[in-house]
Amino acid sequence: MILPFLWMVSTSLKPESEIFASPTWLPQVWKWGNYRAAMEAAAFGRYFLNTVLYSVLVTLSNLLLCSLAAYAFARLEFRGKNVLFLLVLATMMIPGQVTMVPVFIMLKHWPLTGGNDWVGAGGHGLLNSYPGLVLPAAVGAFGIFLLRQFFMTLPRELEDAARLDGCSEFGIYWRIILPLSKPALATLGIFTFTAAWNEFLWPLLITSKDSMKTLQIGLQVFQTQYTTRWDLLMAGTVVVTLPVLIIFLAGQKYFTRGIAMSGLKG
Amino acid sequence: MSVPAVPARRETRVAYLFLSPGLALFLVFTVIPVFAALYLSFCRYDVIHSPVWLGAKNYARLWQDVANRGVFYLSLRNTLQYAIGTIPLGMALALALALLLNAGLRGMGIYRTTYYLPVVTSMVAVAMVWMWIYDPSYGLLNYLLAKLSGGRLAPQTWLANPGQAMAAIVAMSVWKGLGYNMVIYLAGLQGIPEHLYEAATIDGASAWQRFWRITWPLLKPTTAFILVVSVIGASQVFAQVYVMTNGGPNDATTTIVHQIFQNAFSYLKMGYASAMAFVLFALIFLLSLITLRLTRAGQVEYS
Repeated sequence: MILPFLWMVSTSLKPESEIFASPTWLPQVWKWGNYRAAMEAAAFGRYFLNTVLYSVLVTLSNLLLCSLAAYAFARLEFRGKNVLFLLVLATMMIPGQVTMVPVFIMLKHWPLTGGNDWVGAGGHGLLNSYPGLVLPAAVGAFGIFLLRQFFMTLPRELEDAARLDGCSEFGIYWRIILPLSKPALATLGIFTFTAAWNEFLWPLLITSKDSMKTLQIGLQVFQTQYTTRWDLLMAGTVVVTLPVLIIFLAGQKYFTRGIAMSGLKG
Repeated sequence: MSVPAVPARRETRVAYLFLSPGLALFLVFTVIPVFAALYLSFCRYDVIHSPVWLGAKNYARLWQDVANRGVFYLSLRNTLQYAIGTIPLGMALALALALLLNAGLRGMGIYRTTYYLPVVTSMVAVAMVWMWIYDPSYGLLNYLLAKLSGGRLAPQTWLANPGQAMAAIVAMSVWKGLGYNMVIYLAGLQGIPEHLYEAATIDGASAWQRFWRITWPLLKPTTAFILVVSVIGASQVFAQVYVMTNGGPNDATTTIVHQIFQNAFSYLKMGYASAMAFVLFALIFLLSLITLRLTRAGQVEYS
């Protein structure tokens, strides 16, 4: 099962001569230099920064916005509540590919950004920018759904007592609900971060400038029309996968719990 | 019952305050784009010029493409092949693994970790590694095949072979997705009460009977969920195709989303691509409905 991973690491440490010879598990020469060469083949430092920024911002934004919305759906009564919740759920069914063309066009013609004028003509708008990368992913129906289910399981006594004491809804949300929800927030956070780190299609759409690319897109630099530097590519792949691997090993229970939560309520 | 200390109007205002940032983003980046895509699907649009209204021409072209076995038809066929290849096999393997792990063997934690590792790895990374394994000249797979067959089996071209490319992508995708379904099945298995099995064993039921009469029926909701999610996911397969074969060789692996992407961003036929996207949407919607209907029949409950 993990054979491909072992093979990936093994190849990443071999000099080219060994790669094209008979396959062996352990390299005869441990070429750690492959990693440095891989990182220098393209602006991997920049890609790393972009990916970290993108993942962190998307995660934080999701945690905040989804919990706010989930609290409203779980605890507040208001007109249009059911219709809105159904709408949110319905968006989970829409494949991202339906919206990708319009979102691309929308970002390109965003007024007063990236060289655009009032009506959004002339420049490239929010393409190749951090807001362009982050905003479309800043909130997700999955997060709202997950947190709403969780909030609904919290006991109401604390909130009722707080309301009697004159606490505002936001105060209840911030000081009671959120601290009680640490496990669910941790789960959503890890899920969102991992998904953002591994995201390929959206960054591919939105970034064409090299300085804005993310790690997943950067991996393609080792493939040219004619040949592929497998040793460097494998080294690059190891580097790109390592952070998520570490997060996974450290927070395994959050992953499995998150899946179980979404699976059983489904 | 919560204490009715807040009048409804104020609560509505507060609720909308809470909802507004998320809702605003939803409106801008999900709801409006869906309608925009609908409009575009009736136009010709290449980004450079303004959209030109075409009526239903894009959809007519898609219909003709299918009738004439064109590229879009191939993408439909390939996506179907992908779904048929990955879903039954993936679910069966995931269930088998979950059953094994649920039996409480020692080292269960480690197994769960190793099976879940591919799931958290990015599709791009996994695709690259498997491309290397599938390499015709130096890949691990051909090497192993040669060794096992004593040199009698010639090295295969896998991804460059129109007859093998999709199978190769399917194999890699099953490997990657196993852990995810396995964990869901595990959670479902753990929800089955032990006393049912005990009672069955006392009554002399064999392992197979226990599985078929207790486990399988009670897992139906879990199976239904996994099936729907898998169908939706398989319909949208893209990244591995883009990275490993870019739809080739000879359109043997192009999928619906791959066609959407190519038409929109390589050929700059955004109207046509939007029409394709709506066909995909309709397909997914229909398939989800059918799957849900089929699995709703036959739900059981044992007290």
